Amino acid sequence: MSEKNSASSGQAPRRGLTRRAFNAGAAVSAALVSSGAAMRLARAQDAALKVGVLLPRSGMQGAVGQACQRGVDLAPELLRQLGYSVKLDLVSVDFESNVDQARAQAEKLIAGGANLLIGAFDSGATSAIAQVAEQKGVPLVINIAAAPQITQQGYKYVFRNFPTAPTLVRDGLSLMKDFFVATGHTPKTAVYMHVNDTFGQAMNGAIGKMLPGLNMPFKVVENISYDPAARDLSVEVAKAKASGAELVMLTSRLNDAILLVREMVKQRYSPMGIISPGSPGMYEDQFYATLGKYSDYCTTNVPWYNPHEPMAAHVLSAFHKRWPKDRPAGYIFNIGFTFEAILIAADAYARAKSTNGKALADALRTTHIDKHMMVGGPIVFDAQGQNENVHSVVLENLQQQPRVVLPVAAAEAKPVFPMVPWNQRS
Amino acid sequence: MTWSLVLNVAVGGILTGLVYGLMALGLSVIFGVVKVVNFAHGEMMSIAMYLAVLAFATLHLDPLLMIVPVAAVFFAFGYLLQIGLINPFINRPEHSQFMLLIAVALIIVNGLLMIFGPDARDAMVGYAYDSLQFGPLLVDKVRLYGAAAALLGSAALFAFFRFAPTGKAIRACADNYLGAQVVGLNVKQLYALTFGLGTACVGAAGCIMVLLVDVTPTVGTAYTLLAFVIVIVGGLGSMAGALIGGVLIGLSEALAGLVMDPSAKSMVSFALLVVVLLFRPQGLAGRRA
Repeated sequence: MSEKNSASSGQAPRRGLTRRAFNAGAAVSAALVSSGAAMRLARAQDAALKVGVLLPRSGMQGAVGQACQRGVDLAPELLRQLGYSVKLDLVSVDFESNVDQARAQAEKLIAGGANLLIGAFDSGATSAIAQVAEQKGVPLVINIAAAPQITQQGYKYVFRNFPTAPTLVRDGLSLMKDFFVATGHTPKTAVYMHVNDTFGQAMNGAIGKMLPGLNMPFKVVENISYDPAARDLSVEVAKAKASGAELVMLTSRLNDAILLVREMVKQRYSPMGIISPGSPGMYEDQFYATLGKYSDYCTTNVPWYNPHEPMAAHVLSAFHKRWPKDRPAGYIFNIGFTFEAILIAADAYARAKSTNGKALADALRTTHIDKHMMVGGPIVFDAQGQNENVHSVVLENLQQQPRVVLPVAAAEAKPVFPMVPWNQRS
Repeated sequence: MTWSLVLNVAVGGILTGLVYGLMALGLSVIFGVVKVVNFAHGEMMSIAMYLAVLAFATLHLDPLLMIVPVAAVFFAFGYLLQIGLINPFINRPEHSQFMLLIAVALIIVNGLLMIFGPDARDAMVGYAYDSLQFGPLLVDKVRLYGAAAALLGSAALFAFFRFAPTGKAIRACADNYLGAQVVGLNVKQLYALTFGLGTACVGAAGCIMVLLVDVTPTVGTAYTLLAFVIVIVGGLGSMAGALIGGVLIGLSEALAGLVMDPSAKSMVSFALLVVVLLFRPQGLAGRRA
């Protein structure tokens, strides 16, 4: 019937696709595709970037992990104040100070749709998370972790806004020399006490390599490693005391730093000073709360916030508003680096305009953030994903709070060395 | 290495070992009589540590003063636990008992986490930083008092089992279960009393231990393991063995930290365990089965 109607109309029956129909179809398809892409772009900009934050909020490093979490808690409001309009969905998980848990939780976060990971304070855990992130093509922005190998394995999705152990040690040791010059007192011997976890081993390795070349004024007479989970460090302190060292150089975590100082007091071992070339522990809130007057004069050469940066004032003000009863000094290091990691993620997402892992990684590679909180130059990542612009300061505990004493430009107080002996503290 | 250094370290190790001994004594007593291995031993101790910390924080009570009340509460707790929960498992396969007590341990850890959170807590008594000097020997006051309290607690337990009629009945029950039933002893009641006594021991040890180490909800697991090592080295079921084992582990760990890398000192206690299992499987003071 239809064939007949066509014939009677004098038109040839339609067979296949005509050029006109093809062109029309192509035009419609192109319009649809482009509008689809535009819609996707619009969705990407509107969609929240799901950020998995992995921290050791319980277990041995629980106190530090919780301090880092405060940086996460403050971030959304701070980012809004700084004018970042991108939406971040921050999902925090606790890996219980356990490396296996860290790996499992990273996998779980990615399976749950995390577009980017942040973490994880501990080098061992961060190494495990970095492997997972690299394998799955999800960027990892490291807040705190110093083991150099993390960014020296050719990973494409791992970015670290924290110095490596060799950088920490190089900065830490050269600042030590400045510290001795500034105070006019120099120890002749030192004992190096360090935890034997991934971070401690990395620091020990870096010190072993760098010390001979740095022409330090003291000789290391004893090297004592210990388990960071140790319940009793009396033997370690007895060994250090027996060495007769004038200076205790320390790479610690929080709990062991408390134990060590406690044992030093009990064993009446009062060295000229206790100085860390760049490790956590002695500037944490719990250190002051537990040790009181014995926390004073312990010194850490560590990256720190710049009190002259407006962003630091912003963060401190937000901290006071949220936790009016707490002192920020014991938390600010962990808050600062964790907040900066989130800032880096937000900045990358704003530029990538996509939640795609590769696009985010490409954006992270071209990061350039001039205005930030911690001491150092702009946040930029080298080919290995390492920010080499983070610098240390000399942070001495004075009147039970951490005070920058060197470099002079950033100093809040004058350095004190040798420290006041334990039995002469009021 | 000077002799005064060795002396100081050895004395510190022995004092700590005595506290370990009291803790392990509870495990040994329970196994020796009830023949149940308490896999929640360390976790029970962590409850006692928290009670001592709470009493110190709220009432400023020295943890050493809390030994008797906490031991009494723990005795009641152990007694009721045995009657209500463990007794039905006495004649069941050992793996059922293990699973039951591991479940109790997990419940304790997670309960403590929910109540106290993950942060470490301590009881910083006035003498926490003090030490006594005897010539070249410097003795930590906290360790000295803790060891003295542990010795007193152990002596009281020894005396109870040696001289008290109930203690003798419990020993009879441990020596010959059938015989004890034949002469009319209430074995179920004696088992509950024994479990109560073992738990009281660990409660007392917890009050002392909180002076030496900070407490976290997960601290107990390491002490359960340590208690096992001590009672196996000393002799499972032997009260004297538990004390000997405790002192030996404390001393060997301390001296090992001195002569080798301190981070490897825990290895020595496990090496000691392997040596004992190889050459004297019944333990140093245990009786051959």
